[in-house]
Amino acid sequence: MYSKTVLAKKLLAAATGLLLTTFSGIISADDPFKIGFVYVGPVGDHGWTYRHDIGRQAIEAEFGDKVETTFVESVPEGADAERVIRKLASSGHGLIFTTSFGYMNPTVKVAKAFPDVKFEHATGYKRSDNVSTYSGRFYEGRAVLGTIAGMMTKTNTIGYIASFPIPEVVRGINAFTIAMRKVNPDATVKVVWVNSWYDPGKEADAAKALIDQGVDIVTQHTDSPAPLQVAQERGVMGFGQASDMSAFAPDAQLTSIVDNWDAYYVERTRSAMDGSWTSEDTWAGIENGMVDFPEYGAMVPDDVKAAADVIKEGIVDGSLHPFQGPIMDQNGKVVAEEGVTIDDGTLLGMDFYVEGVQGTLPK
Amino acid sequence: MNETLLLAILTIITAATPLVFAAIGELVVEKSGVLNLGVEGMMLVGAVSSFTAVHVTGSATLGVFAGMLAGVMLASIFAFLTLNLQSSQVATGLALTIFGIGVSALIGQPLIGVAYEGLPKIQVPLLSEIPVIGRLFFGHDILVYCSIVLVIAVSWFLSRTRAGLILRAVGDSHDAAHALGYPVIRVRYMATLFGGACAGLAGAYLSMAYAPMWVENMSAGRGWIALALVVFASWQPSRVLFGAYLFGGISILQLHAQASGTINIPSQLMSMLPYLATIIVLVLISRDHGRIRRNAPASIGKAFHPTT
Repeated sequence: MYSKTVLAKKLLAAATGLLLTTFSGIISADDPFKIGFVYVGPVGDHGWTYRHDIGRQAIEAEFGDKVETTFVESVPEGADAERVIRKLASSGHGLIFTTSFGYMNPTVKVAKAFPDVKFEHATGYKRSDNVSTYSGRFYEGRAVLGTIAGMMTKTNTIGYIASFPIPEVVRGINAFTIAMRKVNPDATVKVVWVNSWYDPGKEADAAKALIDQGVDIVTQHTDSPAPLQVAQERGVMGFGQASDMSAFAPDAQLTSIVDNWDAYYVERTRSAMDGSWTSEDTWAGIENGMVDFPEYGAMVPDDVKAAADVIKEGIVDGSLHPFQGPIMDQNGKVVAEEGVTIDDGTLLGMDFYVEGVQGTLPK
Repeated sequence: MNETLLLAILTIITAATPLVFAAIGELVVEKSGVLNLGVEGMMLVGAVSSFTAVHVTGSATLGVFAGMLAGVMLASIFAFLTLNLQSSQVATGLALTIFGIGVSALIGQPLIGVAYEGLPKIQVPLLSEIPVIGRLFFGHDILVYCSIVLVIAVSWFLSRTRAGLILRAVGDSHDAAHALGYPVIRVRYMATLFGGACAGLAGAYLSMAYAPMWVENMSAGRGWIALALVVFASWQPSRVLFGAYLFGGISILQLHAQASGTINIPSQLMSMLPYLATIIVLVLISRDHGRIRRNAPASIGKAFHPTT
């Protein structure tokens, strides 16, 4: 039989713990510059939100006592978000990062009411005098992964675990495939949609299904390390997502795309503190370090490393764009002529597969 | 046998096993007349606890037991609230799920990014090497076999033992069982705790074998599928096993279909199939009163007041 006091203590401890986690650092000290963060997931997702929180920690490491950061995690997109953002703005925060697409309208709305507070909204497109937007050109990273995959595959089939058929994901599949076929025109990509950003079990199942069908490299646009673990277990290779996942699969991770917000967050904090902050739109890639990579896995040969580095350097110095023509869609229709590069507008609304991707794009 | 098909079946086994554990536990709970909607929460707490135990002690056995114990602890909260304090089972169960999601995330914070190589597979010398059959029946982790044994044991317990009969009597008419002198509350307590242990075991399977790691909310709705499964199986243990492999099979085969590019069915449709199947079964059994009477526990979800 369960005693009442034990139960009460357990509940109380849990409740206190949750409160502390959610509002850690909200109590103010002398007079530091206060920065707020709104996260869509838990900081423990080891993916999207985790990397934003690493960026927050980079601010603390850089400015020490001069700043004070607050974060609120797992905030649903919508009415709740507006309440949370408003609360941060009204409690003395001078700079607020809202880190999910669905926070766009609440951010803009609250920003109107607090003209002296600076807002930074990730992945959106609405700006105002005190609202900036920023995002990463993660497709640049996909081009690097595609190059490595194209050179290292033996079965000439790559498995791609995808979340939802939105332009961001489709753009990644296409950038990967184009780069892969530049180094290996015979290779194709099999895509499996799992309709989730985050379901380790299903992601693992998708990886198994792909490996069973003969792919020898697995890449993913979902957030858990489960597919890499399967790759490790089955003796094939793969790429990490959003962060360095080599701890989960030391023998399988070729490399990974790392979302690195650190430099951007530190720089925006600095400008907000010295008064030089202005509203901007940032869509940065490898050049700014926002799209970053860990060390190559030990199994990557030197010539492949060199080829991947050439792609990185080409993207950084502007001599290479992942969507440089000629590019054909799945049906052989030319979507970009030789010498033409697909513009940002088309990239932002991308809704077709390029040549080399198997299957049909769900719509 | 086709090699791809064989590999697909091996994957289905790991996908179905957590569903078997969670659903067979909930079946016993419901047979005793209690509806515990907190399966998802108990699974998560089981998953995080077993992973913590494995990480700290390095012992897989302790991990499995930690998962079960955590499930039992959460179930005991539910049992105390609904059986002693007479709170609504539906509302308390939902609250238990939400509580489980939160508390597992809290416990799991230090475990983020920790790797574990997974439960060892049992290799039987000679037998594991038989083509096809060897790989199909041997070489799984121990919990896969446990899940099958558990289903058989529960089936035998409910249909062939006196204790099973009492449990079913309590679930069908708690007033009659009480009048006959059976300890209704105690029976329901034991059934609920058993369900908690099974859900905890399902969670342990998730974090130790299925996707060996801890990430928040990693059960991703499997607790709800298990609840649907119990209805789908119309409260029969053997059908729980069949349903779990069917639901697991559907989700794996649709991934295979996508990867091979041969069949073009929207993957969203496949994701909703288990629930659709459950609704159809519900409609079918609800049309036939004889069938309901034979299987569904008549006092499910009803509060029991011993004084009346």
